Amino acid sequence: MAGDAVWILGTSMTRFGRYPELDAVDLASRVCLEALADGEVTIHDMDVMGAGTLFQASTSMGQRIQKQIGQTGIPVYNVTNACATGATALRTVYLSIKAGEASMGLAVGVEQMGKMGLLRGGSKEDAQVYEPSGRYGAVTGVDGILGTETMPGVFGQAGMAYAYENDGVGFEQFARVAYKNHLHSTLNPLAQYQKEFSMEQIMGSPVQSYPNTTLMCCPTGDGAAAAVLVSEERLRSMPKRVQKRAVRIAASVLTSDPYVESGQVQPDVNTLTRNAAAQAYEKAGIGPEDLDLVELHDCFATAELIHYDNLGLCEPGGAGDFIDSGGPFRDGRTPVNVSGGLISKGHPIGATGVANIYEVTTHLRGEAGDRQIEGAKVGLTHVIGLGSACGLHILEKAA
Amino acid sequence: MPSAREVQQVPIVDYLRVGARPYLRARECTNCGARFFDRRNACASCGRVEFVNARVSNRGVLKSFSIVHNAAPSIPVPYVSAVVEADDGTTVRSNLVDCPPDPEHVKLGMKVRLTTYVCGTDDGGTECVAFGYCPV
Repeated sequence: MAGDAVWILGTSMTRFGRYPELDAVDLASRVCLEALADGEVTIHDMDVMGAGTLFQASTSMGQRIQKQIGQTGIPVYNVTNACATGATALRTVYLSIKAGEASMGLAVGVEQMGKMGLLRGGSKEDAQVYEPSGRYGAVTGVDGILGTETMPGVFGQAGMAYAYENDGVGFEQFARVAYKNHLHSTLNPLAQYQKEFSMEQIMGSPVQSYPNTTLMCCPTGDGAAAAVLVSEERLRSMPKRVQKRAVRIAASVLTSDPYVESGQVQPDVNTLTRNAAAQAYEKAGIGPEDLDLVELHDCFATAELIHYDNLGLCEPGGAGDFIDSGGPFRDGRTPVNVSGGLISKGHPIGATGVANIYEVTTHLRGEAGDRQIEGAKVGLTHVIGLGSACGLHILEKAA
Repeated sequence: MPSAREVQQVPIVDYLRVGARPYLRARECTNCGARFFDRRNACASCGRVEFVNARVSNRGVLKSFSIVHNAAPSIPVPYVSAVVEADDGTTVRSNLVDCPPDPEHVKLGMKVRLTTYVCGTDDGGTECVAFGYCPV
């Protein structure tokens, strides 16, 4: 056991969903207090705080939360990194501890989206007089004319590019991913939706952007998640019952998208995930075959399928066969998104990268109730934010 | 000299070159050959700062697509968003046109070529020329 390891001491998340009666500070404060209590510590034990939110990124979210849970004067890092925002907040605290500036810290991710209706993209204003502007000299909005800028479309294209290169991948395989995640969510009381759908219902629901139908797209929603991180040294000074529930961060990695030829027209969500996975497996000294569960970024069903391959969960090119043979189902070789994933658990953007840490930690502690993956010892969390950023963590149960 | 009554046209983006034989003009890094459609301060691939104009092949294959059924109110749906690999290896994104927007007609790997059409008119009567790809 590495002497300079960083551990997760406490964690919490709200159920994802709609909270019109609360604001983001309420949601975040709740999970912060719960995560601190879970680790048997208080805000006065914290040396640093990382706070992630996308849509309220310029509002000093961390300081606003402190005013509800305790203003102790510690440094706050307010971060935003698209859909990797929560994972970035967590990694900020992780790095502070690794650097020796902190021995304990609080990471929180929160978002209040309401019913934003993000599936169709921004509205296009018809220009009154055509004047070239921007880096492409565009005279009008190009979404819908020079291809799509909508998220279901961009991720649809990511999936279809994989289908072009590999056999046995098509509409049905993508639909089966959504079938699995909706099915898994029925066991998770924290999921925004907890309803099973048949393959016929999924394939027959309205097409957003083929091959993604409505039931293959994550919803918008509200929610928050928090985690308390602690250094190995500080952890060893704590009560045995606390140490026993702590979960080790075996790898924490953040990557951005390296140059690829096609990247200027179609965001590459593959290479940065592959790079992050390679780094994380090496740091943790494990391989994908050692994972007992994975929470990966299934913003759309097409995305999950290609990440089986990117994370090495299947043979190269074999993602279609992996889902068809039941590999990522909770009773399969490598259970993926047993929480219901973004598709059914929900995706309040800033919260997502901390909520998947909550999920894997809860399984490794053996406290996941009906959805517990029995005997889970090692798990992986993965998020992708377009732009692009990939946050990847490998967690290990205390020896 | 164009007559006063001739309709003025502008390309939707500056990398579309209109005229008798329309084509896409990329900025190509003189060091590594990486191509870009927008203004660049330096090459995203190698970091060098010199570029030359390069003509992108008008023919290619459909590498990926998505059939968009839900878009902003002003955008007609369904339409096919296409990722095309031109014969010279440059990747381009635009709409697939002159092809029914359904998975029975849109096939991965199908051969396509560049085409242009008028996609709108502004208050001064100037037409906007867009490009798309159609099946060969």
